[in-house]
Amino acid sequence: MALKIVKGSIDRMFDKNLQDLVRGIRNHKEDEAKYISTCIDEIKQELKQDNIAVKANAVCKLTYLQMLGYDVSWAAFNIVEVMSSSKFTYKRIGYLAASQCFHESTDVIMLTTNQIRKDLSSPNQYDTGVALTGLSCFVTPDLARDLANDIMTLMSHTKPYIRKKAVLIMYKVFLKYPESLRPAFPRLKEKLEDPDPGVQSAAVNVICELARRNPKNYLSLAPLFFKLMTSSTNNWVLIKIIKLFGALTPLEPRLGKKLIEPLTNLIHSTSAMSLLYECVNTVIAVLISLSSGMPNHSASIQLCVQKLRILIEDSDQNLKYLGLLAMSKILKTHPKSVQSHKDLILQCLDDKDESIRLRALDLLYGMVSKKNLMEIVKKLMLHVDKAEGTTYRDELLTKIIDICSQSNYQYITNFEWYISILVELTRLEGTRHGHLIASQMLDVAIRVKAIRAFAVAQMATLLDNAHLLTGNTQRNGICEVLYAAAWICGEFSEHLENPMQTLEAMLRPKVATLPGHIQAVYVQNAAKLFATVLKGEEGNTDSTAAQEASQLMIDRLPLFVQSANLEVQERASCILQLVKYIQKLQQKDVEVAEEVNALFAGELNPVAPKAQKKVPVPEGLDLDAWINEPPSESESEDEQPKAIFAKEEPKHSRPRHTEVDEKELARRREARKQEQANNPFYIKASPSSQKVYQEAPGVEHIPVVQIDLNVPLKVPGLPMSDQYVKMEEERRQKERAEKKKKEKKKRKEKRSGRGKKHDSAPESEEDITPAHMVDIVTEEMPENALPSDDDERDPTDPHKALDIDLDKPLADSEKLPVRSHRAAEAQKSPTDGETENATLQEPKKKSSKEKRGKKDKERDRKKSKEEKKKKKHKHEDKEEDLLVDQPDEPVLQSEETSQVAEPPTSSSTNAEVSDLDFWLSNAPVPSNTQEAATVAAAAPEPSVTAPDSEPDEPKDTEMEETKSSKHKKKKQKKEKEEKEKKKKKKHHHHHHHHGDGAGEESVQNGTVEEEEPLPPMSNYCLLAENSYIKMMMEDADEVYDIQGNLQDGSQVVVSVIFENKCNSFLKSMEFNVLDSLNSKLQRPEGSGPHDGLVVPFQLPPGVSNEARFVFTVQSIVMPQKLKGTLTFIVKNEDDSTHEKVDFKLHFTCTSYLITTPCYSDAFAKLLESGDLKSSSLRLEGVNMPFHHLLARICFHHHFSVVERIDSCASMYSRSIQGHHVCLLVKTSAQTVSIDAKCDEPTLLGNVLDEIKQTFSQC
Amino acid sequence: MIKFVLMVNQQGQTRLSKYYEPVELSKRAALEAVAVRCCLSRGKHQCSFVEYKDFKLVYRQYAALYVVVGVTDSENELSIYELIQNFVEVLDKYFSRVSELDIMFNLDSVHIILDEMIQNGHIVETNKSRILAPLTAIDKMADGSETTPDTPRFAIKL
Repeated sequence: MALKIVKGSIDRMFDKNLQDLVRGIRNHKEDEAKYISTCIDEIKQELKQDNIAVKANAVCKLTYLQMLGYDVSWAAFNIVEVMSSSKFTYKRIGYLAASQCFHESTDVIMLTTNQIRKDLSSPNQYDTGVALTGLSCFVTPDLARDLANDIMTLMSHTKPYIRKKAVLIMYKVFLKYPESLRPAFPRLKEKLEDPDPGVQSAAVNVICELARRNPKNYLSLAPLFFKLMTSSTNNWVLIKIIKLFGALTPLEPRLGKKLIEPLTNLIHSTSAMSLLYECVNTVIAVLISLSSGMPNHSASIQLCVQKLRILIEDSDQNLKYLGLLAMSKILKTHPKSVQSHKDLILQCLDDKDESIRLRALDLLYGMVSKKNLMEIVKKLMLHVDKAEGTTYRDELLTKIIDICSQSNYQYITNFEWYISILVELTRLEGTRHGHLIASQMLDVAIRVKAIRAFAVAQMATLLDNAHLLTGNTQRNGICEVLYAAAWICGEFSEHLENPMQTLEAMLRPKVATLPGHIQAVYVQNAAKLFATVLKGEEGNTDSTAAQEASQLMIDRLPLFVQSANLEVQERASCILQLVKYIQKLQQKDVEVAEEVNALFAGELNPVAPKAQKKVPVPEGLDLDAWINEPPSESESEDEQPKAIFAKEEPKHSRPRHTEVDEKELARRREARKQEQANNPFYIKASPSSQKVYQEAPGVEHIPVVQIDLNVPLKVPGLPMSDQYVKMEEERRQKERAEKKKKEKKKRKEKRSGRGKKHDSAPESEEDITPAHMVDIVTEEMPENALPSDDDERDPTDPHKALDIDLDKPLADSEKLPVRSHRAAEAQKSPTDGETENATLQEPKKKSSKEKRGKKDKERDRKKSKEEKKKKKHKHEDKEEDLLVDQPDEPVLQSEETSQVAEPPTSSSTNAEVSDLDFWLSNAPVPSNTQEAATVAAAAPEPSVTAPDSEPDEPKDTEMEETKSSKHKKKKQKKEKEEKEKKKKKKHHHHHHHHGDGAGEESVQNGTVEEEEPLPPMSNYCLLAENSYIKMMMEDADEVYDIQGNLQDGSQVVVSVIFENKCNSFLKSMEFNVLDSLNSKLQRPEGSGPHDGLVVPFQLPPGVSNEARFVFTVQSIVMPQKLKGTLTFIVKNEDDSTHEKVDFKLHFTCTSYLITTPCYSDAFAKLLESGDLKSSSLRLEGVNMPFHHLLARICFHHHFSVVERIDSCASMYSRSIQGHHVCLLVKTSAQTVSIDAKCDEPTLLGNVLDEIKQTFSQC
Repeated sequence: MIKFVLMVNQQGQTRLSKYYEPVELSKRAALEAVAVRCCLSRGKHQCSFVEYKDFKLVYRQYAALYVVVGVTDSENELSIYELIQNFVEVLDKYFSRVSELDIMFNLDSVHIILDEMIQNGHIVETNKSRILAPLTAIDKMADGSETTPDTPRFAIKL
C-alpha cells in the first residue's frame, strides 16, 4: 500500500502540470490540435489512477482545455470524484471544473447533491464558500429544491463571508425553484439590514434583480430601500438601489416625487460618474412616470440635461457615449429640453467614434420637428457624402429614412422635397438599402395622392438613367429602386408626361441584366404604360403612334420571353401574345384602348399590416368548433368491422383525443394561416375591400390637393433637395406674413363677437402648414377592427414564475422541502402539474382522488389549528417548524391552500399597503383608519385633473395629497378585492371539478375552463337620469368593515357614475342625501347635517366619472332607501343654469354582505353549532345552467361557494357586522331550492327576498 | 447582470472565460470570437461600450490583454468599467505586477479571485484585501508545494 502511494507520487513527478500544459501548447503552435489530443490521452490515463492528486491535476488541465473550447464532458464523473475529495486544494479544483463544465443537462449532477450538502455544512468556511460558488454556476431545479433549505440556513451563518454568498445564490435558487421564493423571502429581507455591508449589498443585488422583473411585488420594500439609499455610502450598492427605484417608480408615482429630492442631491454631490449617471437615469425614469408637464419638475429635467451636456462635452469617449444614451431617454418625454442642445448633438456626428455618431443619430431621430426636419436632413446628407465605410453610411441612410417617415410622415411638410431626397439617396454607392428606398418611394407615391404626378416624373427620369444605377455591379443593392420606379410609372402612368419615352426606357435590352423580380415588374408595367399610350392616342385620327408602341412591344418583349426567370417569362409571353392580338385589331382600325385599359383598372389601396389579424370573429362563429363532429367512440365501435379494409389508427380514449385534437387544430390553423398568407388569391375577409371598388370612381370627392403656387409642380431634371429648403424658407416667411394679416383680421372679429374658438396662440412649430394639403391615405383596416393586441410577455421567461405576491403571509404548505423520506409518488418535479392531472385519469382515479380528498381535509384541519397559532406569534420562523412535513406539495395543492389561507391575512397585507401609503404621503395621515376614511369621505374621488385645473389654491394641496393617498388605498383595496373575487371563481371551479367526480373533460386538459361563458354581469344600476345627466349606482360595491366596533355601526361606500349626456359643461355638482335615523351620509367635519357634498370633478360633454360616498349605517338587517338630490350648474357658451335631479339610493341587505371564503370544515362546524335560524326559498322555472346560477348569486349577492357537488352547492357570506349567512342551493329540473341559515332571521329573510328578485328578473 | 467575463490577448486567444449564464460549448467559441473582434477592432479614441445583440460589451485594454465583460442591458456600464479596473488591480496586487503569463499559469487562482468578486452575475466584493483573503488562506493551506514559475514577465501597464 505504502509502495503504491510512493509509486503514485513518483508518477506524479513526471506528470505534466497545468504550467507544463500551457507551455507545451505555446511551444507547439504549428500542431496545436495534435499536441492537445496527446495531452488529452495522457489526462485520460491519469484519470484512471487511484491517486486523487493525479486526478486533481488532470482535472485542472481539463479546465484549461475546456476554456480553449475542447469538450470535456466525458470527464464529468471524474470531476465529481475530485469535488468530493476531503482535501480542500483538490476540492476546489473539482468545483472550479464543475462550475465551468457542468450545465443543467449534465446527468452526474444528481450524484452531487449529498456531497454539496456536506460541503455546505462543513465547519470550514472555505469549503462552504467554494460549494456555494460552484453551485451558483450549475444549480438545477432538482438541486435547488433539495438544497434550498440548507442554503437558507446559511443565510444566517455567523460568518459574513458565507452569508453574502448564500444570499446571492438564493437568486439562482429562486429562478430554478420558484416555490422557494415566498418561504425564503422574509429572511432575504432581513439581510437588507445585515450589519455586514457585503451581505447587505448581496441582498440588495438579489432583490433588485427580482424586482426588476416583477416590480409590483416589491413596492412594499420601498421605504426600506429609501432608508438604505440615504444611509449607504457604498456606490455599488447605491447604484443598485437607485436602479431598483427606477423600476418601481412607474408603478407608484408618489414614490417618484419622494425620490426626486435625494436624487438631485446625489447628482449635485457625487463625484463618481457611474453613480451620477445612474441617478440621472433614474431621475429621468421618475420624470417619465410622473405625468408629464408638472411644472415644478422642469428644474430637475434641466439639471439632468445640464449634467448630461457636461458628460457629452467631456473628452472621455465613454462619458460622451453614455451622455448621449441617457439624453435619448429624456428625449422621449421632454423633447423640448433636449432640442436646445441640437448644436452639441450635430457636433457629435463628426466624432471619431462610430458608436457615438450612431447614438447622436438616434437622438436626431427624436429631435426633428416640422421646422427643422429639412435642415437636419440636409446636414445628414452632407455626412452621407463624406462618410467613409459603408456600414456607417448605410446607417445614415436608414436613419434619414427613419427620421423622415416617422409617425406617418408627421414632420414632412413638402413631399416633393422628400421624393428628391430619396432620389438623391439612390446615388449612394454600394448601399445595401436599395429596397428600403424603394419601399419608401412606393409608400409615398401610393399614400400621398397629391405627390403622384411629381413622383412619376422623378421615377421616369430614374428609369431613363437606369444605366447609372446598374452600371456597376458593386452597386447592386440600389437597383431595387428601379423596382419601385417601374411600378410607380406603370401604376400612375396617367401622370406621365411622355409615356412613350418611358415605355422605351423600360424595354431597353439592358434591363435583362436586372434581377428577375425587377424584370417581372418592368414587363408588367410596360404593359400598363402601353395601355396608357393607347389611351392617349385614341382620339387621334393618326394611329401611327399607337402602332409604333405596339411594334416596340413586339420587338422588345421576345427578349424577356427568353428569360430564365419563370415569372418574367410567363408575364412576357402573355403580354406579347396580347400585344400581337392588339396589333391585329389596330390594323383593322378597331378601337381597343378602352379594353386594354380595363385590364389595369381599379386602384390599389394600402392595407394595414395587421389588418387580417384584426378582423373580428363574427358573432356566433366558433373557429374551434368542429364543422363535422369527429366520429364518436360508439360509432367507431360500431364500425369496427370496416377496419378490415383500412388500417385504423389506434383508438384514443375520448378525453385524450380532444387534447390531441386541440394541438392538432392549433397546428392546422397555423398552417392554414400560412397558406392563406402565401396565397395571393385568398381574398381577405375585409369588408372594406369591397368598398374600395365602390369608391373608386368617386375618388374626386376626397378633399385633395390644394396646390401651392409657390412650388412649381415640375422641376426639370433631377432637382437638388436644397432647392426645396430654400423654397420652404420663402414659403414659410410668406405664410407667416399672411398669418399675421389673418390674425389682425381675427382680432377684429374677436372684438365684434365672442369668438372663443378662434384661439390665436403664439405661433408654434406645429402651425407650419404643409406645402401641399396632403392627405395621407390611411391604411385599410377591416371594419370594427379589434383594438390592438399587446404583445404578451415571453412565456419562456424564467422570471415569469417569480411573479409571486410576497406580502401574503406564508401558508403552512409553503415551506422549503426538508430532507426526509419521501414517498415515491410524491417525487414529482413541482412544475409538471399537467402530468399530475393526467395521472388522475388513470384507472386508479377514484381511489387516488379519495386519498387526496382525505389529505386535503387533514391539511385543512391542521391549517385551522395552525392559524390559531399564527395569530399568536406570527413571525415565527416557518422552516424551523417540523410539525408538518410535506416535502413535495404538488403545485396545484399548494396554490389552492395559499388561496384558502389568504382571507384571514388580507387585513395584514392591507396594513402593509397602508404603511407604504403612510410613508409615501408626506402629509400628516391620521393614525386611525376610520379617521382617514372620514377625510376621504370629504372628497372621495380627487379627479386626476383636479391639481391641474385648480393650481391657484395652494392651501388645498396638502389636503389633496392625503386625499389622493387615501384614494389610492381604496383603489388598491378594490383591486385586491377584485383579485380575490377572481381567485374565488377559480377556487369554486376547482371544487366543482373535484365534486363532479370522474370524467370531466375540462379537468383533463389541465386547464380549468368554463363550460359556457357567463353572461356579463354588472352591479351598476340606474339611479336617476334626466336630459343632462345620468347617474348609475353600484350598490355598495365595497364595504368597510370596522372590526370590533359593531356598536358604532359600519360604513358603506357607494360608487356613483356621473355621465354627462348633454352638450354643455356640468360643474359645481353637489350630492346630498336626506339622512335617516339608520343611515347617514358622512360629511366633512364642520359641515351641518343637511349640507351636500361637492362632487370633486366637473364633467365636460359626453364624459363620465365616478365618485364615491361613504355612509354610516346603524342596523343592517333591513334594506334602506334614502332620498337624495344632485344639484349642478349647466354651463353653456353664454349662460349657465342651475339644475337638479332627484334620486333614491337603495341599500339592499345584500350590499351589507362581504364575500368571505369559508372552508368546508369550518362551514360544517358553523352549521352544527345550532346558533343559526333557518329559512328556505324555492324558485320555479329557473332556466339557466347551475354554474350560472351560482355565479349570479356570488356576483350579485356577494356569496362564495364553499363546496359544490353535482347540482348541489353550499355557499357562504358574512355581513359587515359579522352575521354568518349559509346557503345550500340545490337544483333539479328548473326548480331551485335554497335552504338558508343565518344568525339574524330578519337579515336572512331580506337576503332571500333579494335573491328571489334577482332571479325573477331574468 | 453580468453574463460573462473574458480575458483575451491581442491575437484573440482566450486567457480566461467565465460564464454566468449557461452557454453551449460550441456557441462559446463563436461568441468569444465575435466579442473579441468587436473589441479588438476598436481604436483608442472609441468608447469602451459596444452594443451587441441583446446585450452590451464593456471592455478595457491593458497592454496586449483585453478584459471583456458582457452585461445585460440594465447594467450600469460605468460601474462595470470600474469593476474591470478593480479586478485588474486585485490581480496586480496578488501577482505583484501581473502579466499575461501569470494569468495563464495560475488560472485557478484567477478564477478564485473572480469568484470572490462576482457571483452568479452580481458583484459581491470590491474590497481588495477581502477579495484576496480566501486566496491567501488557500495558498497557506496548499503546503507551499507549488513554486511560482520563473518565466519572463511582461508587465501589464495599468
